[in-house]
Amino acid sequence: MAAVSLRKVEKTYPNGFKAVHGVDLDVRDGEFMVFVGPSGCAKSTLLRMVAGLESISGGELDIGGRTVNDLPPKQRGIAMVFQNYALYPHMTVYDNLAFGLKLARTGKAELDQRVRHAAKLLEMEHLLERYPKQLSGGQAQRVAVGRAIVKKPEVFLFDEPLSNLDAKLRAAMRVRLTELHRSLRDAGQPATTIYVTHDQTEAMTMGERICVLKAGVIQQVDTPTALYDRPANAFVASFIGSPEMNIVPAQLRGCAVELGGLRLPLPAGRFKPAADGALQFGLRPEHIGLGAKPGSVAVEATLKFCEHMGAEVFTYFDVGGVAFSARIPAEEGTALTALQRGAPLGLHFQMGHAHLFTADEDGPSLLA
Amino acid sequence: MSAAAEMNDRAVGDDGRTPWLRYLMLGATAIVMLYPLLWLVGASFKSNSEIFSSAGFWPSRFSLDAYAKGWKTSTEYTFATYFLNSFLITIPRIVVTVVSCVLVAYAFARFEFWGKKILFSIMVGTMMLPLIVLRLPQYLVFRELGWLDSYLPLIVPSAFATDTFFVFMLVQFLRGIPRDMEEAALIDGCNALQLLWHIIVPLLKPAIISVVVFQFIWTMNDFMGPLIYLASVENYPVSLALKMSIGATEEVEWANVIAISVVALIPSVAVFFAAQKHFIEGATSSGVKG
Repeated sequence: MAAVSLRKVEKTYPNGFKAVHGVDLDVRDGEFMVFVGPSGCAKSTLLRMVAGLESISGGELDIGGRTVNDLPPKQRGIAMVFQNYALYPHMTVYDNLAFGLKLARTGKAELDQRVRHAAKLLEMEHLLERYPKQLSGGQAQRVAVGRAIVKKPEVFLFDEPLSNLDAKLRAAMRVRLTELHRSLRDAGQPATTIYVTHDQTEAMTMGERICVLKAGVIQQVDTPTALYDRPANAFVASFIGSPEMNIVPAQLRGCAVELGGLRLPLPAGRFKPAADGALQFGLRPEHIGLGAKPGSVAVEATLKFCEHMGAEVFTYFDVGGVAFSARIPAEEGTALTALQRGAPLGLHFQMGHAHLFTADEDGPSLLA
Repeated sequence: MSAAAEMNDRAVGDDGRTPWLRYLMLGATAIVMLYPLLWLVGASFKSNSEIFSSAGFWPSRFSLDAYAKGWKTSTEYTFATYFLNSFLITIPRIVVTVVSCVLVAYAFARFEFWGKKILFSIMVGTMMLPLIVLRLPQYLVFRELGWLDSYLPLIVPSAFATDTFFVFMLVQFLRGIPRDMEEAALIDGCNALQLLWHIIVPLLKPAIISVVVFQFIWTMNDFMGPLIYLASVENYPVSLALKMSIGATEEVEWANVIAISVVALIPSVAVFFAAQKHFIEGATSSGVKG
């Protein structure tokens, strides 16, 4: 059993810079947790603190019910996969996989069995005699994952493991890692996983729960769908989802918002009651369409340009001088690509999916 | 061949017309640099009068007499003894140098400790110290210890990483190696010494080979150290024995001296060429690839 729990965990560097501000988080046993955030949000620092590669300045870190603040990495029951793979260049793949087991004085037969099992799991039995410099990026990546698996750790830590791969390989490895996690869990091997990435697609597709970080502070921890449907604040709303949510300044007047000379009535019961005045209005590009839907509001817009992505058309337009983007299925949107810049456009905002945030930066959501 | 490679070739050949001029100049320079060495080999076959009468290196006759005579020396020992002595100094000294310098460089490059910056500056500062300044105090210390006329004064100081140039070189090399691998090894369960042995030393191999080669050549060539600390002829290394063969009283058979100089050069040259390919070999092949 290996749940990971962080209690008011802090990191302050010797120069006084505070990178992590009192993080409270519980990663359940066997869960796939993703840390996501823009660069510099301290997600890697937090992971390295769990690994024991960075000291913890304050708070408490428990792994499997044990406080591990002052334990060296090898006593924490973890394995880590690095962004640059960090394979030992002077050892063959076999020795790379076996190194940790050798240090732990594992018996020869068991060592061999575990190395071969991991190699089979990752389909790299034919690579065992090679040296790291003879591997492609994807193969090196698999070896790095294999090195973590053979140790049968209680917690797997991944530090942006796919960011050095090309887009196609990254997508393939993403599926593979998710599959691996599920199959290890089904096989009864504990596989609590913390996965760090800056890529929200990776986070959304791989994570069972996602922890969104900004500047060393947790913004929201929830399942991918909950993050998408009910972002806690404007930062999470804009970070999760691609293309990002339209978030524009607006004025609340009674039960409607006003922006760019437009009055958009709000659906009853979706939002907490708030005083009239400045706030931020949010609507995802996929909730703006050409056809009317129940509860949608017709809007007159001016076309700026379109990007045809194959299955859908990203449409950029102005409403009374306020910029928006929409994501329209190709079968409806292809005609848009023929229109001139500045052409008038009739669109429908699905207000049932609208979001409101307070006017301050990263303002909290007003969803009821 | 790709277009880029073709362009590269052209750049090297400078539009392809003048490579012969380049080679001619390089060849000429090489001959100027190497001529003394060629002359040395040639002169080992010459008689005294021939040596002083011509600057050409081609001898009028070839005979290995000078080598045989030079090897025997005018003392009761042959050069075999002196070579053995040289190795008895050089090999232990290389071993203690590598061990001590790698340990010290590892500490400076990878650990945080109190006064690290100041200590490192002092260490680098000692490189500026003229060695001659240390001779007298060191001599007095070793005399007190009763180490005179033994190899200890020539070997033991190196066991304390006093060859600061090597420490500096290794520290710089270590700073260039990414820490990921060490962190991976920490997670795999290495302690600091296992990390050094299993990860750092293999990565440092090219730099360690450089240390071995330099220390070998410098120690083989060292004249002053043995001259000061060694008194009995049976302990002399090659460098002292060579000087001794230029006797002060009788007329010198230069061919013998030269012949044995040529032989004395062989180990250094051999070690250099054997290690040459490792100088260039990079260490950062851990496989960062897109």
